[in-house]
Amino acid sequence: MNNQRRNVLKSGSGAALLSVLAAAGIIKPGVALADWNKAAFEAKNMADTLKALGATTPADSKDVQLTAPDIAENGAVVPIGVASTLPNVTMVAIMIEKNPSTLAASFTLPAGTEPNIQTRVKMGQTSNVFAVVKSDGKFFMTSKEVKVTMGGCGG
Amino acid sequence: MATNPMKIRAANKDGVTEVKVLISHEMETGQRKDAAGAVIPAWFITELSAKHNDKVVLTSEFGTSISKNPFLAFRFKGGAKGDKVSVSWKDNKGETRTDEAAIA
Repeated sequence: MNNQRRNVLKSGSGAALLSVLAAAGIIKPGVALADWNKAAFEAKNMADTLKALGATTPADSKDVQLTAPDIAENGAVVPIGVASTLPNVTMVAIMIEKNPSTLAASFTLPAGTEPNIQTRVKMGQTSNVFAVVKSDGKFFMTSKEVKVTMGGCGG
Repeated sequence: MATNPMKIRAANKDGVTEVKVLISHEMETGQRKDAAGAVIPAWFITELSAKHNDKVVLTSEFGTSISKNPFLAFRFKGGAKGDKVSVSWKDNKGETRTDEAAIA
């Protein structure tokens, strides 16, 4: 076990790391991440992430379906699916509460695109996964706990 | 650095086109260290968009939590056999790639 790495995982937050990298000029936020919602992806918890996405407290809704395994044996590849029966869904976001960066991905859906998205995410540890959906300007969400037996940050 | 092509499958069924995309990308989080203990810099896709002919059908922003070699599936209404579906991504190093496929 690489203890140094463990410490970094505990203490080093993604945002701190990113800002260090940015300061070192390795990544240039102004150039490379022009349209990317940096604040949302650097947010450390649900509240901050939702705020950065411009979402007020989402209501729990049964009309948002989150498909995720109960137990993920390999945290590096966790299949996640989000679907919704709500009308006029314009935004779908996947959040993983205990990952260094809570927001995994956000999708903007123009009219005609169905709120039905599948992808794969990394999970560092057992955590709640949230699916947030914007329908008719209101936010709805659902969550599910995914148990991780092997973290996705190994290497 | 050269990038590998995406694998794109698009199929129309009952007026709805389902698109599946498999992207070849490291998606390095910037949290890992190499054998010498140096931090491996973050390298991941930040933006992705998909078009049906010239109409945008999906735009998305990715974070570092998305798996290596990202998989994405989504559906949009419309689309006919032979129509073009193209997917573009951009990573945090400013690299971009666009690939296209015909709806089957």
